[in-house]
Amino acid sequence: MNEKMADVMVKVFIQIKPRRQTQDSVEDELEMATVRHRPEALELLEAQSKFTKKELQILYRGFKNECPSGVVNEETFKEIYSQFFPQGDSTTYAHFLFNAFDTDHNGAVSFEDFIKGLSILLRGTVQEKLNWAFNLYDINKDGYITKEEMLDIMKAIYDMMGKCTYPVLKEDAPRQHVETFFQKMDKNKDGVVTIDEFIESCQKDENIMRSMQLFENVI
Amino acid sequence: MAAGVATWLPFARAAAVGWLPLAQQPLPPAPGVKASRGDEVLVVNVSGRRFETWKNTLDRYPDTLLGSSEKEFFYDADSGEYFFDRDPDMFRHVLNFYRTGRLHCPRQECIQAFDEELAFYGLVPELVGDCCLEEYRDRKKENAERLAEDEEAEQAGDGPALPAGSSLRQRLWRAFENPHTSTAALVFYYVTGFFIAVSVIANVVETIPCRGPARRPPREQPCGDRFPLAFFCMDTACVLIFTGEYLLRLFAAPSRCRFLRSVMSLIDVVAILPYYIGLFVPKNEDVSGAFVTLRVFRVFRIFKFSRHSQGLRILGYTLKSCASELGFLLFSLTMAIIIFATVMFYAEKGTNKTNFTSIPAAFWYTIVTMTTLGYGDMVPSTIAGKIFGSICSLSGVLVIALPVPVIVSNFSRIYHQNQRADKRRAQQKVRLARIRLAKSGTTNAFLQYKQNGGLEDSSSVDEQALCIRNRSAFEQQHHHLLHCLEKTTCHEFTDELTFSEAVGADSLGGRTSRSTSVSSQPAGPGSLLSSCCPRRAKRRAIRLANSTASVSRGSMQELDTLAGLRRSPAPQSRSSLNAKPHDCLDLNCDSRDFVAAIISIPTPPANTPDESQPSSPGDGGGASSTLRNSSLGTPCLLPETVKISSLLPPDF
Repeated sequence: MNEKMADVMVKVFIQIKPRRQTQDSVEDELEMATVRHRPEALELLEAQSKFTKKELQILYRGFKNECPSGVVNEETFKEIYSQFFPQGDSTTYAHFLFNAFDTDHNGAVSFEDFIKGLSILLRGTVQEKLNWAFNLYDINKDGYITKEEMLDIMKAIYDMMGKCTYPVLKEDAPRQHVETFFQKMDKNKDGVVTIDEFIESCQKDENIMRSMQLFENVI
Repeated sequence: MAAGVATWLPFARAAAVGWLPLAQQPLPPAPGVKASRGDEVLVVNVSGRRFETWKNTLDRYPDTLLGSSEKEFFYDADSGEYFFDRDPDMFRHVLNFYRTGRLHCPRQECIQAFDEELAFYGLVPELVGDCCLEEYRDRKKENAERLAEDEEAEQAGDGPALPAGSSLRQRLWRAFENPHTSTAALVFYYVTGFFIAVSVIANVVETIPCRGPARRPPREQPCGDRFPLAFFCMDTACVLIFTGEYLLRLFAAPSRCRFLRSVMSLIDVVAILPYYIGLFVPKNEDVSGAFVTLRVFRVFRIFKFSRHSQGLRILGYTLKSCASELGFLLFSLTMAIIIFATVMFYAEKGTNKTNFTSIPAAFWYTIVTMTTLGYGDMVPSTIAGKIFGSICSLSGVLVIALPVPVIVSNFSRIYHQNQRADKRRAQQKVRLARIRLAKSGTTNAFLQYKQNGGLEDSSSVDEQALCIRNRSAFEQQHHHLLHCLEKTTCHEFTDELTFSEAVGADSLGGRTSRSTSVSSQPAGPGSLLSSCCPRRAKRRAIRLANSTASVSRGSMQELDTLAGLRRSPAPQSRSSLNAKPHDCLDLNCDSRDFVAAIISIPTPPANTPDESQPSSPGDGGGASSTLRNSSLGTPCLLPETVKISSLLPPDF
């Protein structure tokens, strides 16, 4: 009897308004809570990339441990990358790198994107690697590298060095570097570098060719 | 480095392909990875309980026992597993740390045992995760306090040892502060306590009425007036003792100003001042009223007991820290009092011969009613007055009863919160320091690696220093990555000191490439210097533009590296050379002794233009003006870069 009275009193004196949730917001909440991404089957990935099953297993275990949800977003990406370059500021370059890895431009790098990128970088042909590098430099993905794009990339790379460098980093070091680059790459001197000019000039350069082999054994 | 960073290193290195077309200098070769290890499952046997985990999991934290080569000491070849003779229950938490990156504190284990396990496995207590950190610290603090108390109790008999040559002042002060240290101090302590009590009792007794001897005027006067001399003598004696004590304390205090400002000394002063004022003030009727008031202050002597009682001091501190809550209580009470007093006054205004003569007069009624005292000296007579009076007493109960538990709980909350805020501030500092240390550790490790000649291309592995060979694979690869970045941008990583020197040198203008300094390792036993030029070239006598002293750690470093420690290197100075390749000295680099000497060669004037901009490798033979020092004489390296360094060959 007492409980009923208390109940009534509560209902009378304290109005509890139910929260009206729209359909969309409910769905949104659900989605945010369960952003989970499962990669495709192991065999499929093995066929699509140039890694062996074992390598894929190792890679996935590490990836899953770090990102249990299955995707990496840009913030996490920047954080991870900055761990390797403690002296400088690697956020800009990480941003460009993220865009290069995120091939479907959905704002998140899934395991497939990850593997696709790594497969090219570590096991691809020279042509593919150069293609990937071109894609990285071409910020707006229009097929041409302009001086401004190159300057952005160059500044991002020099930012990673940080302040304490030897010799002291001058203001126009990136610009000069860009000039050197364009002198070498821009064959018809039209101010932009196309993919063919790029690949051609790189193939002519011994140093670049030789260092392409450098990262074969990373995994 | 943070957890799992090792997982991402291959990706970061792969992404370095993006630098390849931009590099102006050829990139260094990758470190050789010894026998490609796939991931394997390790078995760790802890007192019979077998734990199995991937090798990669353990490799995530190379600074710990399980992540470094230290675990090889525990490897049992017969059974193929790592055997540890430790507590298996605790090991579970340690292993989970490797897996999840968070170290949790077991609730049911002794905190000391947990600490010992952490120390054994090479984990620092700061790694305890946020969820368990507070409890961990609380329990540790409790433990520490308990131990400290036990120790104190043990030492109570002995007392802290005073330095032999302590002055009378220090001995006196110590006697005052810790009465247990010597019998004289103890005696003094009890004597003063006794006299405080006597003084307070005398103050009380002197107001009791005593029957006069002669019955004729059956007057009752207070004892103080009947036996003025006796009381006066007692008062004088007490005051003399208190004055003596105060002066002695003043003399012995290490910091007189601070002592004068302290609460206890103020109480002392207030306790004895009335007596002296009474002595010097003439006994006439005008001031005797004021004089009597002064006597009230004698009651403050009772506060002198707080030196003798820990509890009083804690109470005082409590009230002080709870002041805002008490203030709130007072404020709300005042509001209620004013409201009700006003209402009662106007309600009773009409009645004649009423007690409620003014609103302030009604305050007394309101207070007495709200605290449910109800003396009955003022009662309302009108109906409205009675109604409001009853409302007043009801609300009084509420108004007073409500804040009191709030104050009590506030007090305990504030007390703990204060302690927690201090803890958090300390933790924050520690955390920031740790992050900074980790960052600088990484950088310094790379700089150290460079100085040890790790960047040089050595034909045979044997010639590399032991310290270089024994870096973990992770370190090797990470350093290679940083080296690639250096080559891409044609600038090098340095430390703060060199950078500021270089900046300063630049601002000097003219001969900017000079920076001579002798650096020595601050704490290293036998700082070693040896550096050598790995490149053969025609010998040219004094063409050395600058001298450099570089310190190589030698054997010390090897031991350190093997043990997995990281130390910040001594500040190194570098100088840029402006000699062309053919000016390079041909130095004999075969000696591998770590003979120590620090050279400082006076700088000859530089007459070749300063090359601070590195030239592109396309020029072939362009001099890059950097100096490299390596600890061992390894034969030469990249053909384009010129390395000149000072060496101490016997014939120099």
